[in-house]
Amino acid sequence: MTETTRKTGVSRRTLLKGTAGLAGLAAGSGAITGFPYVKSADAKVLRYLGTAVNEGDDISKQCLKDTGIKIEYITATTDDVTKRVMTQPNSFDVLDTEYFSLKKLVPSGNILALDAKKIKEFDNITPVFTKGETPGGKKIGGQGTAPWKVLYLEGKDSKKFATSATEFVTLIPTVYNADTLGIRPDLIKRPISTWAELLNPEFKGKASILNIPSIGIMDAAMVVEASGKYKYADKGNMTKEEIDLTMKVMTEAKKAGQFRAFWKDFNESVNLMASGETVIQSMWSPAVTKVRSMGIPCTFQPLKEGYRSWASGFCVSKGVSGQKLEWAYEFVNWFLSGFAGAYLNRQGYYSAVLSTAKAHMEPYEWAYWMEGKPAEKDIKAPDGSLLEKAGAVRDGGSYEDRMGGVACWNAVMDENDYMVRKWNEFIAA
Amino acid sequence: MSEEVLQQATPGLIPGSGTARAAKPTRLSPSFISWLQAGPMMLVFLAFFLIPLVFVVIVSFWDYNEYQLLPAFSGRGYTDTFEGCIAQLPDLCTIGKTYLMTLKLCFMVWAITLFVGFCVAYFLAFHVKSKTWQMGLSLLCTIPFWTSNVIRMIAWIPLLGRNGLVNSGLVKTGLINHPLEWLLFSEFSVVLALVHLFTFFMVVPIFNSMVRIDKSLIEAAYDAGATGFQTLVNVVIPLAKPGIVIGSIFVITIVMGDFITIGVMGGQQIAAAGKIIETRVNALQFPAAAANAVILLAITFLIITMMSRIVDIKKEL
Repeated sequence: MTETTRKTGVSRRTLLKGTAGLAGLAAGSGAITGFPYVKSADAKVLRYLGTAVNEGDDISKQCLKDTGIKIEYITATTDDVTKRVMTQPNSFDVLDTEYFSLKKLVPSGNILALDAKKIKEFDNITPVFTKGETPGGKKIGGQGTAPWKVLYLEGKDSKKFATSATEFVTLIPTVYNADTLGIRPDLIKRPISTWAELLNPEFKGKASILNIPSIGIMDAAMVVEASGKYKYADKGNMTKEEIDLTMKVMTEAKKAGQFRAFWKDFNESVNLMASGETVIQSMWSPAVTKVRSMGIPCTFQPLKEGYRSWASGFCVSKGVSGQKLEWAYEFVNWFLSGFAGAYLNRQGYYSAVLSTAKAHMEPYEWAYWMEGKPAEKDIKAPDGSLLEKAGAVRDGGSYEDRMGGVACWNAVMDENDYMVRKWNEFIAA
Repeated sequence: MSEEVLQQATPGLIPGSGTARAAKPTRLSPSFISWLQAGPMMLVFLAFFLIPLVFVVIVSFWDYNEYQLLPAFSGRGYTDTFEGCIAQLPDLCTIGKTYLMTLKLCFMVWAITLFVGFCVAYFLAFHVKSKTWQMGLSLLCTIPFWTSNVIRMIAWIPLLGRNGLVNSGLVKTGLINHPLEWLLFSEFSVVLALVHLFTFFMVVPIFNSMVRIDKSLIEAAYDAGATGFQTLVNVVIPLAKPGIVIGSIFVITIVMGDFITIGVMGGQQIAAAGKIIETRVNALQFPAAAANAVILLAITFLIITMMSRIVDIKKEL
């Protein structure tokens, strides 16, 4: 940013004399000292690093229309996003990442917390993030890296998570969901109600889990607990003995041929399920939707032990300041203002600010996606394709039921290093 | 190329290098010319292979935490990697199992590509008489390379799956009652995909060695009463050895480091040396990943050294 400042210095000064003085003062507060900035000097461009979840073309187009900010997406897998923040913190402006990565990102000092006071809708953010409960008051399971544990920092440049609310927010929440097992009801032909079914020999050679160690082990832990073998103090932060135990159960299942394949990305999971290679596997909500839109029955099965949840949000690179930081705030504020939230809700995710998203959705859409009511009309995806016929009910029901049923959150364990080694051992077994 | 042509060409090859000498129309010493010729490759090799490799070795001895490299000497990357290798005896430790599997896949792929590659090269070199046809058919071998590696690999999945073409075909003809599970996400599918991908790397060098075999040697063998098989074993194979070794080096080095094909075709359930490195890198444990890379390099280097002991490539070329 300093670079551009110097280059455009002369023209800016002349401009300042004219009309843009006010804009410059407004935008440049807290920027480069003694050097007011002018809004019109640069094109409004933000480089947006994240996974594909939030990166819809429709969102960036609408954003450009509403705010004039041009979003350049940099898409990477969850692991690669983290890697990029560590190794090339200047290659992006806005970061969209998951809360469980914060345990690595915050101590690295490569990201900048945002100021809650500058986020218009901050007080309207769902209590799922701030209090760990649903709007209806249901307490949410807090095992793992639950967002409310890592939402605030003690100070602007602090590397410590605050235990109570401060104005320095690590990630401004955007999107989250509750994950469970996906099943093929047409091939299983009986009700499934527990995570333990994943290792049921009945599905030998037809089960699958994620091959992302930190998430895969959580699903494994849900299975171990469901089968009554062990009860964890915190599935998201196991001791070495607990990791050993979990991996032992999984290794035995693997050796017995329980798993058809492990999957690593969205499309792999869709293909495994759609082709009938697997009939039960850990899955993501839009992947289930995708299988269903291919005309193949697939259920995102609610289970009695509850869901494994994840959440992501926005922060900025440490290199972002001045005008660009203002744009970042403008963008985040726009993102929470409804259009994007409604877009995400229609994909089967949840938006962080419910009230604005609701205002951007049809009442029948809101009733289907959020209230768990039968669809009054056909339900369409954001791109207009048919998702569900009228009369259908969302798997898992309402927002209250689904988010209220969350048992644990994606996490990075203290024993992460050991866990990764054990995961390699599991693959080699 | 004649020396005159070289002289004219070399100053252009590396703009600016040795301008003082090249300006004068004097003769360059032959050794200087060969340095100029090898120079560009040497620089690329130095900048993009040797220097990064040195860094990898250095980093492999560093320590690390959740989010950064700690530049202090530590053998942790290595000790962690060999964890349990003595304690778990007689069972193999993770790294032992992984390398056993990698070497097993490597050996199978090598043996099959060698056999298939040798046959194809033999056919091209000895049965196809016209140069045009030889060229045309060799080009035909490259067709699979017109699409990307990933696509060639993924194309097997709908073919071999539980409800794939092969299985549904076999079930319909009544040969089997239940779909064969081992066709996909198994060692079989991994080897199949790797053979499909890399046989060509065997064909080219072997063909290259074979076309240079003096046909009169084969005639001589025939005249001396050798059978076709004797000619093959005593004349053709020894003379095609450099091609065989070069092809083998290609295939073995690629398979040793592969983790994408093994991952996709093996359903992510088969261990590979490259896979361990990937998992470590993804968990931001760079020194441990680097240590594993160094180990992989050492083992591959060992295999190559052993192979070049069998044939002195320098002499044969």
